[in-house]
Parts: sequence; structure tokens; C-alpha cells
Amino acid sequence: MKTNVNASPKDLITVNDMDIHFADEVVRHSGANLNKCYHCMTCAGGCPFSRATDFAPNSVLRLVQLGLKKEALECSTIWICVGCHTCSIQCPMGIDMAAIMDTLRHIAIREGAAVAEPDILNFHRDVLHSIKHHGRTHKLEVMLRYKARKWEWFSDLAVGIKMLAKRKLHLRASKVQRIDVIRKSFQPQPIRVTHE
Amino acid sequence: MNKQNGIDLSYFPGCSLDSTAIENNLSLLSLFNRLGFNLIELDDWNCCGSSSAHSINGEAAFYLGTRNLSLAPAGRPLIVACPSCLLRLREAQLKLFNDESARREYEKMWGRPVDPDLEILHYFELLDGKDLLSYSENRVKRLEGLRFVSYYGCMLARPPALRYEEKYHGLMEKILSSMGAKPLSWPYLSRCCGTFLSVARPKVVTGMVNEINRGAKDIGADCIITACAMCHLNLEVRCSLKQKIPTLHFTEILSLGLGNTEHKGWFSRHLVDPRPLLRSMGLI
Repeated sequence: MKTNVNASPKDLITVNDMDIHFADEVVRHSGANLNKCYHCMTCAGGCPFSRATDFAPNSVLRLVQLGLKKEALECSTIWICVGCHTCSIQCPMGIDMAAIMDTLRHIAIREGAAVAEPDILNFHRDVLHSIKHHGRTHKLEVMLRYKARKWEWFSDLAVGIKMLAKRKLHLRASKVQRIDVIRKSFQPQPIRVTHE
Repeated sequence: MNKQNGIDLSYFPGCSLDSTAIENNLSLLSLFNRLGFNLIELDDWNCCGSSSAHSINGEAAFYLGTRNLSLAPAGRPLIVACPSCLLRLREAQLKLFNDESARREYEKMWGRPVDPDLEILHYFELLDGKDLLSYSENRVKRLEGLRFVSYYGCMLARPPALRYEEKYHGLMEKILSSMGAKPLSWPYLSRCCGTFLSVARPKVVTGMVNEINRGAKDIGADCIITACAMCHLNLEVRCSLKQKIPTLHFTEILSLGLGNTEHKGWFSRHLVDPRPLLRSMGLI
């Protein structure tokens, strides 16, 4: 987490361009009442990813509570969060943080916000691409697509070779037979009737 | 699968047990066969959506989950091995349960009824309360002398909507100690392993995984026993410590504890070879 003891006025967040409906929108979509959060910071202490994120979990909620939509949608925390539920288990108000993070990611994608962690978004897209084509996750393909995009063929090469040697990565994808149904269901709404 | 006179159960292996953790799948099938259950794989199951679907495409996460549920024959519990798949399937079921119109819509979509009362169980629930030592010939305690730490990972943890469901912490310790092994107490029992960040942010995950591995070593454990196939992979693949500690799937050590001698293709798939340890214990 960034802490700046010598914060100058330009480091401060301006609250005069807040979006007063943002918190309501997040509550509605996530089904989690983030207004219950009184910032005890239990989640901030427990988050195993705090070293990799820019805002603690409760700080993200604070951004939302204050209607600072841009800051919330552009922070790295919403992408680094893997939904391990460590925070919501410890939360005295039982706030479903993972559901809120999911919602913030969905809104960020929908509204074309600047994504703080494009690699992570690309990884998710690679996984969904694999599911759409095979019905299952083909891990070798996901890794290769990810590395190809980044032109990072050699990072993790040793790991990849070891996994292939130990037969943990398969050359051929395990496939769902009714892949047509899976593909159709990836098409946008309205839901089509696709009897199997 | 052999067709003994066991109890038939539906089984959802999931992508990890189908690829990176085949040894988990093989040992699980062998274990439940021994315990008198026939695990029948869901016909043409699909990925549960993993972390990625719910992260960026909530709709996809939901219909991937509901299709799997629609494939489960009524009146037979669905057994899930991967904690992450379990969570995704239960969330899909909870949503269908609370939304009658969505259920009708999805039933139309898959052309099949989806049983809202389908019992979805983690395989731990079949083991709970059983006297497992009675499946070991002459009740021999084969794990005598093994010092282990249990690692449940985060996925057996619950979002608030599912928080009143059964928890499993303590089950691995209880069962393995009944076979003579000694559980050690440590602080990383349910620490997150970093999951998919292993690909996009390997350095972050290496830090977390090393801390967990070091914790096990410092307390004097011979091995880490995992409940989750994803955790198992991360603990092995992202550990950069010189001295690595073997990590075993719970189903593997439990099978050995009951005296199973057929384990072809299990331990050869581990990146940190557990065979020296298992040989020294006389387990293989």
C-alpha cells in the first residue's frame, strides 16, 4: 500500500467531482451493502495481497462511498483481488468484498475505464477464450496466448518445460462434446433457446 | 470405474483435476472406490468458469455453472473435489434457488430441468464422521511418525452468502491423526496461495508461496497436505526456496494411510518429489 507521509496538496484526492449515484449502483449490482463499512480496517490487515495493491480493501470502499468513481475503477486493487474471502470472513459487518470487487471490474470494463492491471485482464480473457473454444480451460494454450501477447516467450520457460515433463500441461485440450452450446451461450443476451 | 455394489454418486472433477492435478483425481477415485462409492463423472461437464468468468463476465460464470447443474441426474448427490469449482457451482445454485424466473429461463436454455435441491458436496463431507481406520487392514496405523501441516487454502472459505454452510477446517488433522500422523499447528492453514496471479504476477505469488513453505519447514513438518489442487500447483511451481518441502494431496496420503499400494502416475507428477519421504516412511 502506498503511504506518503509528505503528501502535498496535489497528492490529495479531490472530492468535488463525485458521482453521488455510484455507491448505489455498486450496492445494487453486487448485492453487498458497502455502506455498512465503518473502516475498522480489519480487511486491510488481513489482505494477503496488500503489498501488491495500491488501495487497501476498505479504502476502495471509501472511494465508492465518496462517489469517486474514476479512482475506484482505475485502482489496481480491483484487479489484484482474487476473491479469497479472507477479508469478508473477518469483516465484522459481513460485507461481501469479493462481490464488490467483481462489480467494480464489470463496471470498469463496461465503461472503458483505464485498467490498472492490463495483464490480469488479458489473462482472464485468455481463460475465457479457452473455455469458449473447448468448454474447459486448456492451461497450456492459456499460458502460450498470454506469453505471446507480451512477447515474453522465455519468462517461465523453465517452469513450462518442467510442467510438460511432469505431464501437468497437456498438448491437446480436453473438450466438451457439445461445444456449440457453450459457444452459443457466450453470445450476448437475450438468451437463446438451445436444446441439447 | 469398476461397478461394485457401492453407492452411486455424481462426480465433477473440474479442469485442474483433469490436467495439472491428475494425481489428485487418480488418488481420489481410488480412495472412494475403496470406501465403497462409485463416482460417476458428469457426462460432458464444462469448466465452472474458474476465477476469470466471475471476474469479467458474470453472465458467463452463471451459465457455465447452471449447465453443469443441469447435467446432474436427480436424486444423486454431486461430489466436487476442487474447492473453487464447489464455490462456483454452489453460487450458481443459490442464484437459481432465489430466482425462479432465471431458473425457468435456464431450464429452457439447456432443455432440461435443473434440480434446485441437488445436493452439492465437497468430498470431505463423505469422509466426515467415518472411522476411516476400519478400512485399513488390521487397523494398522501406517502414518505413525509423519509430521504434517494441513493447508486448506482460501477456497474452502466462504463468501458471506454461503457462510452458514459446513466448514471443513480440522478434518484433515482429525483423519490423519487417527492413522498415527502428527498434525502441527501453524498460521498458514487457510492463507491464500495466490491462485491465478501465478501467471500474471508470478513475483507476488512466489513471495506468498515461499512464506507458506518456510512456515511449514520452520515448524518441522515433513510435508504439507493440501485440500486444493490449485494450491498444490502454486506451492510447488512458484516456490523458489532451495530446500523444498514435499506437498501431498490429501487423497494421496489418505490412500497410502489405508494401505493402498497402487499409485502409478501419482508421485511422478509432483514437481517436488515426495518419494524419498514416502519411502523412508515405508509407505511406498
